[in-house]
Amino acid sequence: MDLFFQHARKIEGNIDKYLDNITKAILTFEQGVKEYFNGNMDLFEDKYKEACDLESASDELRRDIKYTLYRDLLIPDARGDVLGLLETLDDVIDVTEEVLREFSIEKPAELGEFKEDFLSLTEMSVKTAKELVSASRSFFREISQVHDFITQVHYWEHEADKVEERIKRKAFSSEKLDKLSVKVQVRYFAERISLLADTAEDVAERLDVYTIKRSI
Amino acid sequence: MGTTLLFLTSGLFLGWSLGANDAANVWGTAVGTRMVKFKQAALVCSIFIILGAVVSGAGASHTLGKLGAIGTLAGAFTVALSAALSVYWMTKLALPVSTTQAIVGAILGWNLFSGTAINGKALLKVIGTWVFSPVLTALFAFILYFIVTAFMKKVKIHLIRLDGYTRALLLIAGAFGSYSLGANNIGNVMGVFIKSAESAFPSFSFGSLYTFSGVQQLFLLGGIAIAVGVFTYSKRVMMTVGTSIYQLSPITAFIVVLSSSIVLFLFASQGLKAFLVGHHLPSFPLVPVSSSQSIVGGVIGIGLAKGGRNLNLGILGRISLGWIATPVIGAVVAFFALFVVQNVFGQVVF
Repeated sequence: MDLFFQHARKIEGNIDKYLDNITKAILTFEQGVKEYFNGNMDLFEDKYKEACDLESASDELRRDIKYTLYRDLLIPDARGDVLGLLETLDDVIDVTEEVLREFSIEKPAELGEFKEDFLSLTEMSVKTAKELVSASRSFFREISQVHDFITQVHYWEHEADKVEERIKRKAFSSEKLDKLSVKVQVRYFAERISLLADTAEDVAERLDVYTIKRSI
Repeated sequence: MGTTLLFLTSGLFLGWSLGANDAANVWGTAVGTRMVKFKQAALVCSIFIILGAVVSGAGASHTLGKLGAIGTLAGAFTVALSAALSVYWMTKLALPVSTTQAIVGAILGWNLFSGTAINGKALLKVIGTWVFSPVLTALFAFILYFIVTAFMKKVKIHLIRLDGYTRALLLIAGAFGSYSLGANNIGNVMGVFIKSAESAFPSFSFGSLYTFSGVQQLFLLGGIAIAVGVFTYSKRVMMTVGTSIYQLSPITAFIVVLSSSIVLFLFASQGLKAFLVGHHLPSFPLVPVSSSQSIVGGVIGIGLAKGGRNLNLGILGRISLGWIATPVIGAVVAFFALFVVQNVFGQVVF
């Protein structure tokens, strides 16, 4: 039994670390986008590198958690759900890294006009993802709180959608932007940043089901 | 001794089927959800069933004795065999069946066959208990559900650690449930042999420390038969109970098993009865009750606590049917079996 609790402590620690990594990835993403729009390209590239490191560290943690759960036959009734949750949470980290990579590769130059809107969209997406991390933490420790956080996930995702639409409408009705390619690029980056909120909402939907299953 | 053992075989068969079926009531969810390994469950279950039977088995058996004082081994053999056959037959027909109700029916069949007057008071006590036990289990499960939910909200245990605690609790509740099952249900298996076996198993003492009575030796044999049933046949039943019949989470499974174990223990423990009576508290008659029905009562209690969702009222109808159909079938089978054993095999059955 003592051995069991040693393993339990280790796996609990790893799950906490994993969720911490997601929070860090979200904040890195937010900071990275800000640096990009402020024109601090060196600082932006640093943030992109940080996001890559967090992504690979999280993959390793997730694998370790998965092996321990199966090897030590832990939580047989909720194992599938926990692994499902951790795997879909991984998509959130992936999005943060991918979006910063796209910025790093394409270096879109004509987004300046939309700076405030893009920063606002980033803020909404980050808020959505943060609430998801809080919901996930509650799933492990205080299941009754999950629903509140999920409600907030839905709220912020909806707000992000609104800002995304605003940017797209502005871009396609703008007279300053005369090239279609630029308009499409604006649309693309708006959709990419908003993808963080969409992914977080997808995970929240799953988490909602896992929570119902777990409520005793 | 050889003849005694031969006649005991029907009781041992009944014990085996009890082990094969009823152990799943206690361990089904724990094993079915893989929270507890089958071998671990079977070992703990067997030890505690035997302990319960030997240490606390006398109380509930005594009530069965009052219902029908079967004095010959051949009579006891036939009654136990009839109960076992009724259980087997009804299981084949997929009808709800309980060993407890089958043996009571078979004893009533013996009463009718031998022309012995039925002890109405004892019968009323037994039947009243059958109705009361699932209701009481439902009540315990209902209350425990709220206590456990409130406790879990307060302590905020991590899911992984909760898993460890739940496994430990399932093992403890399972051990208690097995003890209670042994104590409460050994009467079904061996009760009818008490009168005739007292002479066959002379008691012996370990100095002045402990006297191992003939009845306890009989119960030990019955307990072993139940344990054999657990090891040889209960795994399949546990997997069925655990995965398809009652979809319980491990924690609610713990609540249901604990509630049912308390009820079985209340109706079996002479010590507890003496304590309750001594403190002027309401006590419970010592009567064998059906662990299956008690468990179903527990599941209903949880369903009610959750606001009546997923409550299958059809189950209640099936339980009520069991209260009537099983004893009637047991009685009819026993009556005819006694007739055959007496007239074809020339045995003295009363």
